Amino acid sequence: MIPLTYMMSLSAIIFAIGVAGVIIRRNILVMFMSIELMLNAVNLAFIAIGSRLGSMDGQVIVFFVMTVAAAEAAVGLGIIISIFRNRETVHADDLTLMRW
Amino acid sequence: MPPFLYIFLGALAVVSALGVIIQRNPIHSLLALIATLMTVAILFIGEDAVVVGFLQIIVYAGAIMVLFLFVIWLLNLQVETGPTGHLALKLFGSLAAALLVTELFFILAPPHLQVKFTHEPVGYGSLASLAGTLFTDYLVAFEVTSVLLLAAVVGSVALARRLPGTDDPRAARKIAS
Repeated sequence: MIPLTYMMSLSAIIFAIGVAGVIIRRNILVMFMSIELMLNAVNLAFIAIGSRLGSMDGQVIVFFVMTVAAAEAAVGLGIIISIFRNRETVHADDLTLMRW
Repeated sequence: MPPFLYIFLGALAVVSALGVIIQRNPIHSLLALIATLMTVAILFIGEDAVVVGFLQIIVYAGAIMVLFLFVIWLLNLQVETGPTGHLALKLFGSLAAALLVTELFFILAPPHLQVKFTHEPVGYGSLASLAGTLFTDYLVAFEVTSVLLLAAVVGSVALARRLPGTDDPRAARKIAS
């Protein structure tokens, strides 16, 4: 079996790429995809530790994370469609109504 | 899972994850994200989480990504956009990501993280063992999840629908111009 450190390192790298995507990209859709990337990195860590502990809890939590991600995607894309209909933009810098 | 397969899949996952944030066209980002999700699903299967791996392919790469694709086409966003964002922001983002990776390496590396290696019980990762855990220890959470999904469905429909009587601002603008 692959050493745990390797799996956790891969998970850390993918998570950091997701964080960088949220910071760097200004397209709301791509920021959203980066959030999915972060969720998946955490799922990978859950699965890796769960299989080494011989416990099913990690897999069940990944199951729940997927469900929450599906709900989040539905609501988030609804918000994006609503924003686009009113403002005709998906650029995060254009939405300055609530900025000081 | 043999080590060379892990190295191959890990490299593929990192490269396609980088593709998500580097591509300018949202469609290309989405395709890179699907590649990442598929690779992570194969890693799940290699870690004896067969059911969850296939669920990842079906639910994520199948359903959620189709939803993204649908929105990109609906909003007509499949055009190339020019370089966006400030250089300072990109530098800051890359620096923050590098710092985060370093920090996570220090947190996750041994000897801090000494998981006691146990042999997996027979049938680990099978549908029966997943369902057994899900419907005994996590039954309440499972039921609450159904309420969450219902709320998400109702909420997204309420968010995305056009209120009756209000004009579509885009249509109004098109008529005016």
